[in-house]
Amino acid sequence: MSPQLSYLGVPLARPKVGFFELSSCEGCQLQLLNNEATLLDFLNLVEIVNFREGMSERADTYDIAFVEGSVTRKDEIARLTAIRKNAKILVALGSCACFGGVNQLKNRFRDLDWVKKEVYGDFPIETMEVHPLKDFVQVDLEIFGCPIKKEEVERIVTDLVVGKAVHHPEYPVCMECKANENICLFELGEPCLGPITRAGCDSWCTSNRRGCWGCRGPAEGANFKQLEEIMHTYGFSSETILDRLECFGGFASFADAVRSPNKKTPARRKKS
Amino acid sequence: MIFKVFKKQELARLYELLAVNVIVGPVAKGNDRNGKPLYDFDVVYDFDELALDYTQTVHSPKRFVLPYQETLSTFAITREGWEKHVDINVYRPLVFFGMHACDINALNKLDLVLAQSTYPNPYYMGKRKNLFIIGIDCNPEPQCFCRSMGTDSAIHGFDLFLTDLGGKYFAEILSATAFDLLSQIKCTDPSAKELALYKHTTKEKSTRYTATVDTSDLTKILDLEFESTAWDAWGEKCLSCGTCANVCPTCYCYGVEEHVDLDLQHANKTKSLHSCNLIDFAKVAGGHNFRPTSASRLKYRYYHKHRGFVEAFEESLCVGCGRCGAACLADITPPAVIASVRGKE
Ligand code: SF4
Ligand code: SF4
Ligand code: SF4
Ligand code: SF4
Ligand code: SF4
Repeated sequence: MSPQLSYLGVPLARPKVGFFELSSCEGCQLQLLNNEATLLDFLNLVEIVNFREGMSERADTYDIAFVEGSVTRKDEIARLTAIRKNAKILVALGSCACFGGVNQLKNRFRDLDWVKKEVYGDFPIETMEVHPLKDFVQVDLEIFGCPIKKEEVERIVTDLVVGKAVHHPEYPVCMECKANENICLFELGEPCLGPITRAGCDSWCTSNRRGCWGCRGPAEGANFKQLEEIMHTYGFSSETILDRLECFGGFASFADAVRSPNKKTPARRKKS
Repeated sequence: MIFKVFKKQELARLYELLAVNVIVGPVAKGNDRNGKPLYDFDVVYDFDELALDYTQTVHSPKRFVLPYQETLSTFAITREGWEKHVDINVYRPLVFFGMHACDINALNKLDLVLAQSTYPNPYYMGKRKNLFIIGIDCNPEPQCFCRSMGTDSAIHGFDLFLTDLGGKYFAEILSATAFDLLSQIKCTDPSAKELALYKHTTKEKSTRYTATVDTSDLTKILDLEFESTAWDAWGEKCLSCGTCANVCPTCYCYGVEEHVDLDLQHANKTKSLHSCNLIDFAKVAGGHNFRPTSASRLKYRYYHKHRGFVEAFEESLCVGCGRCGAACLADITPPAVIASVRGKE
């Protein structure tokens, strides 16, 4: 670590950064450690004071807290509230933190006790309905994706350090998909949520010939009604649409609207 | 223009003569869900990879002159200050082997803005000037309305244009390079019979178009129909996905972003092609969006193509290739949109 961080000759403060995980696979944090080529530069840019995936020491004050995972237990609410108190900027890292992620699939079952029994059998643990961070604390910045794209996080952290505004693409995945000159999966007979999902992943799945499952949540102004029509035109059932809409949680309200077309945004979640 | 005729098997020889260069051409890309063959332009390494009887490529040849993403310049902080490095990203000439008339005309239209304007774009010019283009005649597809746009044949913008006469190719020669090249293969001057056959072939092709766009007085009609409810109806369907602009051979809009590298010692300026249908296309600093609705964005796409560009250049910014409509999942096609705005639907 060079002693003083500077940008264009102007000294910069190296932000103290903490990484935390609630209920998650820790895949997003691992993504950050993944690229040896840029890891040293990343570590030079920030002062990491808490990162269980990468180090054992820890501290309790930080400028930026990256919180991965969703809230599925009462004790996590307390941890999250404490992190919020100690952090100047709280970043929801990945789709679990932003939307509940894959974990929230269980919310789709009406009987949570049944779910608990199916999963844990005779060894029940205390879990509740799954929530994104923003249900309990103020989230300053969301980084979407399951998993997050490392390049994107590196860009965002750089922008934060040099004081640039952080922007997410507002348009859908199709824009990146066609710029990668992919042949549209609908033409190849596969469903895709690309037309309504926020871009930023550089069409990660569709460039690998897999339809988008919407892990980044809805694009701004997503035209779901039209996509639903397209899905039906191409022969895909409402169940196929729901499977995808419900997978990561970003489209929860869209899924609810499909299930009960009369209620546009039903009160699906009870605030606890 | 000079005309020649040569036997089909000579084409492979022509390819070999050009093969010291990078060759791009139409190649098969499998079939769609209904078994219809798909094509795209790609670099080829063997004459047999070329699918010269291709219908239409899914994507246009645009990326070879106007990449979807391009680094315009890079910056580095040095001991003395800082350095800027500009690379127009042209490394070698490119041979385009088998381009249809619509796409040749599309390059000519891009030239109007990017090459013949007051401030020519060096990144475009570098690539464009290093192209050797062999055109080839086509079979109109259901989505093609190039004939309505007057772009069904190319009169400039290529080196050589081939028309299939059965066992032979009829060749139009437009450049000295092409002439020299043809002198190295066996070709003859067209006989009276071959000329007649050529005329018959092109005339017969012109009867096979099914899609049409009525362009008469279109600029005025668009002015008159600015408030038409037809725009709202199309806007409701539009996904604001940008696919139409990405597959379009003539859309050139872009955005430029600057990124500081993780080491804070380097930065780059990168250009990405945009689409006027995207929700943030007309969003400015401070967050105001001049075109917040999909209907207004879609409308302006048509206004740029069929009104603004015509007023500036006396031709439209559309060659009628029909790719945008074919690729649009919401089935928004120029013939249907323009007919509805004219009140014909
Ligand atoms: S494959 Fe998906 S993301 Fe790509 S163009 Fe088609 S719908 Fe859009
Ligand atoms: S293509 Fe869709 S599911 Fe895949 S990474 Fe991108 S947003 Fe997520
Ligand atoms: S017209 Fe079609 S392709 Fe173009 S942005 Fe709208 S939905 Fe996408
Ligand atoms: S607007 Fe559509 S039909 Fe016209 S040139 Fe572009 S892609 Fe082709
Ligand atoms: S304004 Fe729209 S239609 Fe015109 S070139 Fe740009 S993207 Fe294409």
